[in-house]
Amino acid sequence: MLRKIRTAVAIAVIAILTFGFIDFAGVLDNPLLQKIQFGPALLSLSAVTLVCLIAATLIFGRLYCSVICPLGIFQDFFNWLSRKFDKKKKFGYKPEQPWLRWGVLTVLVIAWLCGFTFLVGLVEPYSAYGRMADELFRPVYLFGNNLLAAICEKFGNYSFFKVAISLKSITAFVVAILTLLVIGHFSYHYGRTWCNTICPIGTLLGFFSRFSLFKMRIDANKCNHCLACQRKCKAYCIDSVSQKIDYSRCVDCFDCIDACRQKAISYSPIKSKDISRFQASADSVDESKRQFLKSTLVIAALAPAALEAKVTGVKDTRVPMSPPGSVSHKNLLNHCTACHLCVSKCPSHVLKPAGMEYGLGGIMQPVMKFDDGYCNYDCNLCSQVCPAGAIKPLTVEQKHSTQPGRVVFNKNICVVNVNRTSCGACAEHCPVQAIHMVPFEGGLTIPETTPDLCVGCGGCEFICPVKAVHIEGNPIHLEAKAPEQDTGIQTTDFDFGF
Amino acid sequence: MDRREFLKTLAAAGALVTVKSNGMMDVMASTLPSDSQATAADSNADLAAVMNGEPAAMLEAAMKELGGIGRFIKKGDKIVIKPNIGWDRTPELAGNTNPDLLAALIKMCQDAGAAEIKVFDHTCDNWSRCYDHSGIEAAVKKAGATMVYAHEQSSYERVDIPNAKTLKSAQVHKAIIECDKWINVPVLKNHGGALMTCAMKNHMGIVWDRRAFHSRGLHQCIADICTYKPAVLHIVDAYRTVATNGPQGRSASDVVLTKALFASPDIVAVDTAAGKFFTQINKNIKFEDIEHIPDGQKLGLGTMDLESINVKRVRL
Repeated sequence: MLRKIRTAVAIAVIAILTFGFIDFAGVLDNPLLQKIQFGPALLSLSAVTLVCLIAATLIFGRLYCSVICPLGIFQDFFNWLSRKFDKKKKFGYKPEQPWLRWGVLTVLVIAWLCGFTFLVGLVEPYSAYGRMADELFRPVYLFGNNLLAAICEKFGNYSFFKVAISLKSITAFVVAILTLLVIGHFSYHYGRTWCNTICPIGTLLGFFSRFSLFKMRIDANKCNHCLACQRKCKAYCIDSVSQKIDYSRCVDCFDCIDACRQKAISYSPIKSKDISRFQASADSVDESKRQFLKSTLVIAALAPAALEAKVTGVKDTRVPMSPPGSVSHKNLLNHCTACHLCVSKCPSHVLKPAGMEYGLGGIMQPVMKFDDGYCNYDCNLCSQVCPAGAIKPLTVEQKHSTQPGRVVFNKNICVVNVNRTSCGACAEHCPVQAIHMVPFEGGLTIPETTPDLCVGCGGCEFICPVKAVHIEGNPIHLEAKAPEQDTGIQTTDFDFGF
Repeated sequence: MDRREFLKTLAAAGALVTVKSNGMMDVMASTLPSDSQATAADSNADLAAVMNGEPAAMLEAAMKELGGIGRFIKKGDKIVIKPNIGWDRTPELAGNTNPDLLAALIKMCQDAGAAEIKVFDHTCDNWSRCYDHSGIEAAVKKAGATMVYAHEQSSYERVDIPNAKTLKSAQVHKAIIECDKWINVPVLKNHGGALMTCAMKNHMGIVWDRRAFHSRGLHQCIADICTYKPAVLHIVDAYRTVATNGPQGRSASDVVLTKALFASPDIVAVDTAAGKFFTQINKNIKFEDIEHIPDGQKLGLGTMDLESINVKRVRL
């Protein structure tokens, strides 16, 4: 029964969460499930979410890994699939690999402190799933939609509309494919091994779940050591022979409860009888605690040196532009796990996963690019959806006065100057007249810039036929000045005029 | 079977229209009153200019002067109405054609027996925001016409423009290619590059790649695209006019409540009238500098000589 409830909730959660990534029509613009993910909450230090999740783990164990974490649920799908093909598939008990788990976590913390957030984002489970959803599942969904739209259009029905399918970034696409292969392979063959060796969230929550109130408990009187639970346990954490369960690795999938024919396993709060078993697990807690302390010390010792050695400077001659609300490249770098929710939500396809624009540490973090569109003046969606505090919430008014980048005009290649023909496409697209047309030779007009007004929307760069205008990013965002109101050349004194 | 016949008819209609639009002389004949039409033309204006009314009332007055919508469309026609929906702006900021005017026009076409009315524009800002915030999608749907999408390249087809000087071919929206007749409903505005945007400039919204216009000579390309498949009627919305900082306008201070409307089957005449009206409001712009209007006249799209045609001025 518990298992069925867990499965149903997990399916609902992953369905809604995935829809949040592939939904192009803006049905689900404030995705709640993305905001309660542990990884982004940790990086944004959103205390409420963290306290709730840790408290839930202390009470219920790592239920998070079975019903909230999309990558966990996704792995269960592969595990289910493998059982469809191999009815006799068996797991067994394997001892914990504390060095590996805590080692990986330590490396990640050091990487994060050194500004290599890329590494953290690579294995942070929610973000890894988000990228697969955005890079791999979304195009499939769009393709289906476009097919439907094309069919409807044939019959004169315009209820559905087509959406361009494009490769946003080769890096992100390759990473998503690799994630799918690695995660698919691991979970198809080895159940939740990934969660209990590599996943940093799994390690952290595993630390707390040892002490959880509710646990799987084996009734020694009923158990006949048949190994059924152990064979079913995708976390390899039940030792049926000695009737012990490693609670740091148990993800509360409840598969063992259903597998036990003796009804010897129950999910219940602590009982006084279990003191000896609690003692046993407390030993291992101590060990990992010690390790945790050691790691912390190592990090503390290494961090200052590492920070000095931090990747400096951007290789490209152009300064990349981080999305409005991200405050600075540094803030983005420190918080973004590259889940690509903002990338998938951006209605104008401006946000793209970065390559090396921000340096090594910021690979796959969102960068503004104006190849397929430009940032809507009145849109603040990316700032509203970010679960990690990498893009802080902006109201539309706040966005209007935020300057993530500034306009640069190269008169030497402007078509008005070179061809002596009218253009003005850049000024036409500027919502604040940071580019405006001023009299040039003859009746022609040529662009003139007032960079202080610029909001970095990229309309000018997008439309310029020769790329004579572009936006240069501000590593630390500035404030855009409010345009002055001038009505001097207008008049209300007029007639037909002819 | 039905569909096959429908497709045949469509192809035939398309071919007919193409043949018709190929002949420059036909364009001349349809826009300039010939001798045989002279008697009828006495009562029907070639250009109607209306001031001081609400959009729907001004449209009604103008169409009365022009001889009714029935002069331009016939029962059973498949019609496209092409407004300007370029910007993510509300109706008060006048970045787009007035939705009330469009609703009234749709009603008129329905009453004239139009079999199908489609409305679209290739927007500059994000299309769904433009369709939504301009109030046009809601007005069109409420009036019972079809809002068509234009944000995807697959909605466009490359066509030849034999009468063009520079823009010899372009990717034009299928709705325009396939319709029997279309009505051009621009909004009059200032424009940083073209100085003024009106009936001719509004044609940039029927093509996919606008950058080509800017790189190859904006004014000539605007005139060129107008020769592709001339609209049967041009209705200029000048109820509110972005006088400065166009074509978007920065704020309401760029907008003047001008309460005017110009309508004519002659695109050059209607832009001339609108241009002369506009240069009174923004005195910094000289009518002579709006080059695409004389360029259009040179291509035989119509006349700039408002004295030579029957102009009716109406004040409500």
